[in-house]
This record gives sequence, C-alpha cells and structure tokens, in this order.
Amino acid sequence: MKYEERLQNVTVLGAAGKMGSGILLLTAVEMANLSLQPENKDKTYVLNAMDVSDKALFDLMGYLRDQVRKIAEKNTVPLRKLYADREDLIENFQVIDEYIFRVLNIVRPTTAVEVAYGSHIVFEAIKEDPALKNKVLGSIKQNSKVEPWFFTNTSSIPITELDENAGLDGKVIGFHFYNPPAVQKLVEVIRSKHTTDDVYEFALQYAKNLKKVVVPSNDYAGFIGNGHFMRDALHGINEAERLTAELGYVQAVYAINKVSQDYLVRPMGIFQLIDYVGVEVCKYIMGVMNPYLENEDLHSALLDKMVSQGVMGGQYASGAQKDGFLKYDKGRPVAIWDVEKQEYVAIEGFAADVDAWLGAAPAKLQPWKSVNFSKAKNQILEETFAEMNTMTTHGAILAKAYNKRSNEIGNLLVSSNVAANAEDVNTVMLTGFYHAYGPINEYLK
Amino acid sequence: MYGGYNTISMGTGRKEFNPKKARPGLEHYIKEAGQGTLAQIGGAANVDEGVIGNFMAARFNNQANLPGFLPMIDEGLSMKPGVSVEGACGSGGLALQAGIRSVLSGSAEVALSLGVEVQNTYKAIYGADILAGAGWYPKRKAGHAYFFPGQFSDRAGAYFEKYGKDYARQGMSRWYANAIENARLDPTAQEYHNTTPDPYTTCLKMEPNGKFFVDNLNVLDCSKVSDGASAIAVLSEEGLKRIGIDKSEAVEVVCYVQAQRDITKDPSDLTELEAIKYAVQKAMAELGITAKDLATVELHDCFSIAGILTVEALGLAEKGKGAQFVSDGHTSRTGFIPMNTTGGLIGWGHPTGGTGVHQAVTIWQQLTGRAGDAQINIPADRPYGMTINMGGDDVTISVIIYKRG
Repeated sequence: MKYEERLQNVTVLGAAGKMGSGILLLTAVEMANLSLQPENKDKTYVLNAMDVSDKALFDLMGYLRDQVRKIAEKNTVPLRKLYADREDLIENFQVIDEYIFRVLNIVRPTTAVEVAYGSHIVFEAIKEDPALKNKVLGSIKQNSKVEPWFFTNTSSIPITELDENAGLDGKVIGFHFYNPPAVQKLVEVIRSKHTTDDVYEFALQYAKNLKKVVVPSNDYAGFIGNGHFMRDALHGINEAERLTAELGYVQAVYAINKVSQDYLVRPMGIFQLIDYVGVEVCKYIMGVMNPYLENEDLHSALLDKMVSQGVMGGQYASGAQKDGFLKYDKGRPVAIWDVEKQEYVAIEGFAADVDAWLGAAPAKLQPWKSVNFSKAKNQILEETFAEMNTMTTHGAILAKAYNKRSNEIGNLLVSSNVAANAEDVNTVMLTGFYHAYGPINEYLK
Repeated sequence: MYGGYNTISMGTGRKEFNPKKARPGLEHYIKEAGQGTLAQIGGAANVDEGVIGNFMAARFNNQANLPGFLPMIDEGLSMKPGVSVEGACGSGGLALQAGIRSVLSGSAEVALSLGVEVQNTYKAIYGADILAGAGWYPKRKAGHAYFFPGQFSDRAGAYFEKYGKDYARQGMSRWYANAIENARLDPTAQEYHNTTPDPYTTCLKMEPNGKFFVDNLNVLDCSKVSDGASAIAVLSEEGLKRIGIDKSEAVEVVCYVQAQRDITKDPSDLTELEAIKYAVQKAMAELGITAKDLATVELHDCFSIAGILTVEALGLAEKGKGAQFVSDGHTSRTGFIPMNTTGGLIGWGHPTGGTGVHQAVTIWQQLTGRAGDAQINIPADRPYGMTINMGGDDVTISVIIYKRG
C-alpha cells in the first residue's frame, strides 16, 4: 500500500483534545493536499475525528475552520496555481473558501470509536493512561477490517509496552508532537522493539510532508522531551521549596520562575511552563515515568497538593491559559497560588523586594524574544552568560545552578541511551520547547 | 488651491495601529480631513460644492453613495451639490480635476476636493482581491494572488531583463530609502515611526521571493495598506477673496492634464509608463517647460519600480537610466529634484482614493513654505511643482503643475 493510499482513511482518537486537534488539523491538510493532486482526483479521503465529547467536537470544527483559513491565507499563491483549472474560482477569497471546504469535507466528527475499524492509520491522542490506551488500541486491532497502523502521541509511556500489551504486532510507532502541534516543529519518533520498517518509513515520510523536524528517541519512558522537562521542572520546584524558608513560598515561586525565564533566556519561566502543559498533566506524566527510572524519584508532593486543591493549569479551548501556579491576566502572570492559604497573592505586592534580593541582572541580558530570532543569537548569549559567570548575585547563582542541572539532565539522556547524542537533546529543546540554546552547552560555568 | 489637510496615514508601521482592535471608519477620516480644510477657509458657508474621490468603499466598507457624507462634515454643506468620482488609485486626482473644472466652468468659486480610503477592514490577501478591481476583471483569474504587485513585478522583471537586475534593484532600494527618510520628517506619514538604521541595505538585501509573494518585488518595494483622507480647497481668484486669503498663500494650478489608457489592453512596453509619459509631456509642453524646471514632484510610487519608470517618463533620464538617476541621489531631498518629499506612497502611505489629493496637499505645503521639518528649498528660477496620480496599471492619469500664487 502506497503512502497516499494509506492516508485515504485515517482516524484520530481524542481528536478534540489539545494535541488531538492539532494532529487532526495537520493530517486533514496533508490529506486534502494529496486529494488535490491530479492523480488522486477520483479517490475519496476520510479522516474520522473521534472524541468522547460532542461539545468538544462542536468546538473542534470551529477551530479547524479558523486554522485552515489561516493556512490557506498564507498559501494563496500556490493554491491559486493548484486551482488554475477551476474557472469559477477567480478571486483569492473564492480560492480560500474552496480550500477550507475541501479540508473540512474530509473530516467526519464522531463519538463512535468503531469508525476506526476501517482506517489504515489510527492516530492516538487520548488520555496519558496506559491501561486505557491498551484497551482502546487493542480493541481496534481486534475488530479492524484492515491492517491498521497505530501512531501514538504518548509523551511518556514506552512504546514497546503499548505494543505488547495491546497486541499490536509491531504495527505501532511513537509519534510525539509538541504543543501546539500546528506550530512546534518537533516530532519525536520512537520505535518499539518490534516496530516494522514500513511503519517507520511511513512515519518519516509523513513527518517530512508536515515539514516537521524529526528527532529519533529510544524507547525509554518520557523519551527526550519529557525526560528533560520533567526533571527540569522538578529542579525548579525543589529550588522554590528550598528558598521558601528564606523568602516565603509565593516569593520563592516568583524568584525561580523569573530566573528560569529571564536569566536563562527561555520563552517561559518553569512554573508558567508547568501551567501551560497542565499541573495535573505534569503530575500524571511523572507518575507514568517514575516506575521506569533507576536511582531517582521523579515525584513532587507539591504537584499532588496543587491537584488536590483543584489548581490544574492547562488551557481553555480558545488556547487561553488557565490559572495554575500562576494566575494570568491576558496571558501575563499577575499572582501566585499560595498552597497554604489557598488563594492567589498578587505579584506586584512583593516583586520589588524579590527583585532586589535577586540583585542586578546582567547588563547585557535581553528577553528571549529578541534573542531567539536574532542573527547574532550566539554572540548575545555568549556575552550575556560570560557576564553572568562573573556575578555573585542570588539571581546569577540560581541561574548557574539551574543551567548546571539542565546540563546534567541533558547528559544523562545521552549516557542512559535515551538520545543518540547531545545534538538530538539540544534539537528537542530548541524545536519542541523553543529554547534559544540547548541544555548541553558551555555558556554557564 | 489652498487649505490642504492630511489625516494620519494609518496602518502597519504606525505605533498606534493594532489590527486586532476596532478602528475608525470612513466617517472619521472624511470628517477629519474635511473639517481640517474648512477650518482654514472660513467654514462651510464659503464652499459651493464638494467632490469625494474614493476607489472601493463599496467593497472595503460596504458603503456607496459617498456624496451623502459631505453634509456630515459640516451642516453648512447640507443641500449643496456634491459628487463622488472613481478612477481606482487615481480617484484623488480625479477629485482635484473635477474641482478644477467646476471652478473653471464658473459653477463654483470654491470647491472642496477630498480623497479617502479605509482599507484595513480586510487582511492584505483579501484586500488584494478588492484592489484588483483597478485592473480588467477578465484578467483576474490568470493574475497573481497579489494582483497589482504581480502586475508591477512583471514590469520590474522586464526592466531587470533589459537593463540588469542588480543595477535596477539598487535604484529601487534607493527609492525606498528616500521614501523612508522623507516620511520620518512628516508626523502624519505611515512610516514616521520607522527606525530601520539602513533602509537602503535592508531593501537591497531582501531578495524577492515568488513562492509566497511576487517574483521581482519585495514587500518594501510596495506601498502599504493605509487608511486615510486628504482634502484641499480649489478656488477661483474670486473664491480666494471670499475666504480672505492672499494669493501668495495658495498655489496656482498652471496646467492640468487628464488622460485614459484602454484598461482592456496590456501595456505595449512593460518598461514604459505610456500614459504617464503622455500626460506629463503634454502638460509640460503646454507650459513650455521641461522637467528640469520643476522644483519638486509628487509621483505615484505604488511600487518602487513605478517611481523609476516615472522618472524616465518625465524625461529626466533616458529609458533604462532612471535607476541610475535615482541611485545618484538626484531625487533625494537634497538632490537636484526632490521627489515625494513626505515619503510618497511607499513612505507616507497609500490610502488609494486619497492619494491624489494628498499629493496636491504636499505640493501646496512645499511651495508655500508650510512643510515643517520636511520643507525643501524651492529655487526661484524653478518655481514649479507637479503631481502625477495613477489609477490601475498606467490607466487613469491625472497630472497637475502648480506654482505659488
């Protein structure tokens, strides 16, 4: 079966979720583009968008329409060429509307999992729960009328276990997008012990067509991305807890969030990133990974406490940030959750004191946004961190310790054979987390 | 002419522009520009009739019947005659010419000529559909997604082929740099806030990319999407007396030409603006001058290549030498013949239906010493200013020559 034939019938499970909706969008666009090729004009393409929530599926279609419009608007020049023979499509808006219809017309929203029985490709983006995944994928495998290949977006569960427990016979591969899938360039591709070459080759072709950067990861819980992020997050949490005695809890969270964003020139502070991914999701992923790890305990009592207090983070369907460690006003952190008092404490009440405690920032320090897209990025980073190396302020010391830990984690991922090399680790952090530089670096001493 | 007024040219580049926020509509711009002129000429009571130049309010704003907005400017215009004129991006020039004809015919002593366009109601990709109306619709299907950039990209491509790409792009980049330098001197200009350290190199290094835009122009070669309006009063000598303004404060229209080229026909030579050449040469011949007698020109640089080709149409440089003329600095504000001294369409902005009137306002400001920081020297032996306004691809042309009254 050729690539384009296999993509004639696809199901995305969990299609209305945060990751599923992005995967659905990218796949729908890829399928629509295939369907527009002259040689495929007589073929039908079906993309089942399966989710358990009718409400979420209703919202999903609105999201898809808006996103496909944006894609069409960006690609109007090539689209006009593609529709050159359509005499009825004259103006850009007509071409764009036709393309949106084409993409949406491939998508079938449904709550019935049985639709997957006719699909050659099944994309799985359901809850990060091994038992649930085993059950759903195993059932599809048994009932399928075709030989389905399974693509799982798990960010933490070993693929070999999924393969063996669900009885997928090597027709499965880890295909881990980063959030949001439509934007982040990275895909981690993870073979189970049994994954067959044809599935792997298809995965690479599909990633290439989606213009994604592929980093292969070996099949260890958490892979490269969460292998770094979860340990990095735990370091941030531990640091904040350590500083609580001196600064107070909300002040410590503020300090670590600031150091991990501003001083380390990252797009978000660590607590904002935990909120972005979801407090509960982080707790859950640590829980999935922890049993597989030797000589370390990837667990945070603080995350447990937050979840038990109902402070979850994550995002609204609109993409807006829900409150978690931090409370947000138009996307900007304005307060911090006090786990003892169980209320948000406004940042402006103590920011100046903590800033003073951190000390003067390096003179050359620039925000991530102006560094990451600069042609002189490496030079800016070198100069900034060279200056930081000479400093003994609390802020500089915390930043150096933070970078050292990030560095250790990166090297651990290589030495424990999760990643093939340092470059792969750095690529994941650059393209999946939008960092300006990789964890394995020589910048900070 | 007297009493020119420009609103800000609003759009990307202005600090206060936020595409996600609600913005003022046609009414705001018509009112501001109209009232700006009325305040200088003793109010609406002095006005006999009004002309509104506009291109595509019918699509950008779903609004037609624009003469009905004249009395909204000022109650004093209520029940007075009004008309709107349309000739694509040449609508403003037509608004001036309509005012001039009314005054010459004796039906008005004072005409208010106003040009307006509010285009940021649509994203550029849809705005391109609307602006394509300036071309011949049966050509739209085969045309580029960005139809007019596509047309002038073809002109630039033909020029590259004949005279050399690097050579031409140097001239075009200098044209862009001049536009930015001039716009930085006029607080109403869209590029007033532009702080690019070296606009020339920035433009030169930005290689055109036909994959997502057009083959031979980059975005800096193009005028931007603008909201704005300009107004000016066209008066007879009688009219000047009525408003109590001395001739020397006004500019005299010493010559005006309007010319149309057949919209259904492709240009016979892509490296020449045939209709512009005809109109400017006719105007100068009527007056018995050459372009070397002009102190300054406001020309229609919807694209940098149009600036180069117009320099050649004026006879300031031979065919193929326009890019050299511009590269040599002759059109910069300190050069022999400063052009587009407040930025032109690329620097000041291009609210399409308003542009022709904006050009007249700039010439009035320059010739009467009102141009503020953008003021250039007007040599006593070369007292003339010229405006060249173009609708479509060298189709609807208005040329006016002015001197201080």
